Amino acid sequence: MKTNRVLPGFGLALGYTLVYLSLLILLPLGGMILKASDLGWSQIIDIALGERSLAAFRVTFTASLLAATVNGFFGLIVAWILVRYPFPGKRFVDALVDLPFALPTAVAGITLATIYAGNGWLGRFIEPLGFKVAYTPVGIVVALTFVTLPFVVRTLQPVIEDIEPEVEEAAATLGASRWQTFSRIVFPAIFPALLTGFALAFARAIGEFGSVIFIAGNIPLVSEIVPLLIISKLEQYDVLGATALAVVMLAISFVMLLGINGLQWWAANRHRNNEPLEVAAGKAKGGAA
Amino acid sequence: MKSNRATQEPGWVRALLLATGLGFLFFFLGLPLVAVFVEALAQGWPAYVEALKDSETRSAIWLTVLIALAVLPFNILFGVAAAWAIAKFDFRGKSLLITLIDLPFAVSPVVAGLIFILLFGAQGYFGPWLAANDVKIIFAVPGMILATLFITFPFIARELIPLMQSQGKDEEEAAVSLGASGWQMFWRVTLPNIKWGLLYGVILANARAMGEFGAVSVVSGHIRGETNTLPLHVEILYNEYNAVGAFAAASILALLALVTLVAKTVVEWRMKKETDMLNTVLAPEKT
Amino acid sequence: MKMLVRGLAASLFALSAGAALAQTTLLNASYDVARDVYKDYNPMFQKHWKATTGETLELKQSHGGSSKQVRAVADGLEADVVTMNQANDIEFLAEKGLVAKDWAKKFPNNASPYTSAMVFIVRKGNPKGIKDWSDLAAPGTQVILPHPKNTGNGRNTYLSAWAWALKQPGGNDAKAQEFLGRLLKNAPLFAAGGRDATTTFMQRKMGDALVTFESEAEMIAKEFGKGEFEVVYPSLTMQTEFPVAVVEKVVDKKGTRKQATAYLEYLWSKEGQENAAQNYLRPRDPELLKKYAHFFPPVKTFTVDEVFGGANKAFATHFKDGGSFDQVYVAK
Repeated sequence: MKTNRVLPGFGLALGYTLVYLSLLILLPLGGMILKASDLGWSQIIDIALGERSLAAFRVTFTASLLAATVNGFFGLIVAWILVRYPFPGKRFVDALVDLPFALPTAVAGITLATIYAGNGWLGRFIEPLGFKVAYTPVGIVVALTFVTLPFVVRTLQPVIEDIEPEVEEAAATLGASRWQTFSRIVFPAIFPALLTGFALAFARAIGEFGSVIFIAGNIPLVSEIVPLLIISKLEQYDVLGATALAVVMLAISFVMLLGINGLQWWAANRHRNNEPLEVAAGKAKGGAA
Repeated sequence: MKSNRATQEPGWVRALLLATGLGFLFFFLGLPLVAVFVEALAQGWPAYVEALKDSETRSAIWLTVLIALAVLPFNILFGVAAAWAIAKFDFRGKSLLITLIDLPFAVSPVVAGLIFILLFGAQGYFGPWLAANDVKIIFAVPGMILATLFITFPFIARELIPLMQSQGKDEEEAAVSLGASGWQMFWRVTLPNIKWGLLYGVILANARAMGEFGAVSVVSGHIRGETNTLPLHVEILYNEYNAVGAFAAASILALLALVTLVAKTVVEWRMKKETDMLNTVLAPEKT
Repeated sequence: MKMLVRGLAASLFALSAGAALAQTTLLNASYDVARDVYKDYNPMFQKHWKATTGETLELKQSHGGSSKQVRAVADGLEADVVTMNQANDIEFLAEKGLVAKDWAKKFPNNASPYTSAMVFIVRKGNPKGIKDWSDLAAPGTQVILPHPKNTGNGRNTYLSAWAWALKQPGGNDAKAQEFLGRLLKNAPLFAAGGRDATTTFMQRKMGDALVTFESEAEMIAKEFGKGEFEVVYPSLTMQTEFPVAVVEKVVDKKGTRKQATAYLEYLWSKEGQENAAQNYLRPRDPELLKKYAHFFPPVKTFTVDEVFGGANKAFATHFKDGGSFDQVYVAK
């Protein structure tokens, strides 16, 4: 696509974005990488590939992916019912969604551990079934799911609100079933936002520390997360080692996020090379025929 | 809305979705929220009120609000500018730019605090200069604002980008070709279109700014009554075996949900008034 | 909007200027559960200082995890004095040149005005009959402790068990390490901190024993009720010290050396010692120790210096990456 310069403000907006980004994000992160490079790359790799670090990386990334997936699935449903269905207490439920951000993460961790512990509100019912949550890796997923819950819901909500009913109506008039309308018209429209929400939830989950340590159990090789190892290094006054771990974590997250964002961009463009409504609706009908 | 098999889900699907969604929210949000209030009220209402009257708790509340207010304007400005550039124009390296914007999320909050120590701490890159000129950044309010800015950096931009992307640029282009100036286009066309996304972004960033613990804890210095935000104060109270005080303070943060409720209601109400007005003005044109 | 910005700027200014305008101010950077001690101590010292010199002092407190606090001081937190619960934290400041190299000799008793001991908290009636460290390592017993590598509480527990195993007939380092391996296997989790361990044990009813400071037992009673648990004193345990020091660099800059030194010295006065005792910390003053004997039953203790040759050495051997704790999990 050719650069479009009909709209004003590109230079100003991008310029401001880049300056602000450089000052607030790139400069500090650059400082961190510079600091870590004091160690030399071979040593950084040694730190990252230690048995405990490897296990912690595995736990962190697996739990984060699981939590982001759980939120992707349920978040879509929650966003959908919040926008489309009337039900009593909807406003209150809607407002509640932001709670995980406002609540200090430690409070979240303590509260979740209390709920899921053997004598907790939920723990007392599920532990006899042989399903332990608190102080196991499952607990990590629960904490991360809580902490990142708002992302998917909140990125989807405005986009779902924005879908014009005419498109769906057109599809309906042309004879598409509800499922066809959803999967061919609605879902492609919200898919980029869903991916965005997923990416954000995943990113946030990787770095989360405060809530996890209260419910994880923190047993080395089993339920230790990378941020805990970073804290552990700091406890030893090993700022360099901590920075090195942080840089490795940052590099992995960066690559994964770049992948997700690339995918998101591709999906968005595919959708937005928007055939006019009638064509889209016609396509849905074509599926019906 | 007319009931139609293609514009609405069948009844059983609606019921199932409602049950799943609300069930999920009940287990993951409702229970923790109730638990916070149960702990906060464990010794009854008077103890709860007493805990909130504590002067250090109140100074923590005030500092928390101050930091959030200082942070939000920067993030709104950045969020709108970044989303405008990214969603409305095509240029190389866009995915890279978005990923860079996402990065602060992936940085563990403790590390986010640490990087500012590496820059501005006594042993940091700018530390000696700051000390020589007696400028205090970390272990003071400016450092806490910086850390909070870092943590909440992506929210508004990331909320707006997918929304503006899905809206395309036809409306703005129409406005410009009809002779609207840049500002007119922004105020009349873009802003009304993105207000929901902007509102969600502000609410999220605000919630996160007020609730942030890890990064702020590293740069705060924990001076009581001076650099303790509410989340830091919660931790200290909890560690001191003052569970009621800790959870009472936390419940204040949970009440932020109410702020969201009010903000949304106000915007909805104003919007409804606007559309009603528009509808009466434009009614004859509609076919 | 403009008013809001102006208001913000004004309050920012007030916040940063407030400290500069006031009279002489001391900042005490302390560990996280020390608040009760200094909440009562500070007004006491203010009164004493006013009476002896006529000067009005403002005293500020900063509380947090011990090593986190010390890192903050090294990174520029302008604390006049540090009052910690681990000697290696103050050693770190000494290495950085912020406190005197011989800080431990600047005040009596290894610069630790009061002490505590690591004890067991068990369920009412002690159903498992837990009496000593060996019982914690017995099969089928669950023990709750904070993370032995990342928390001061946990490290003290670990070193206490190690020293006990070392002092058993035929005890040596290898046997101690093997014993610690068995004990740690009995821990279903490593709590995030001392308080978290207590919550896990008392509220979530996990485990048969909790290892913690003697002084914490009274805090637990305050929150969860006295009849809910019993305190068990093992046959040998660590005497934990709470070292204090003047931050030389800061007091020189601020000109507060006199006040800071007096502030710490006063901890050893009758009033200071009695305040510690009332907060369930063992005073150094033998008379007061006798007076409050009902809080402090006799117990056989060791110090880290005696058994491990200093806090720094103990830390390096056991808790640095690849140290004895890591070896329990990862063969080196």
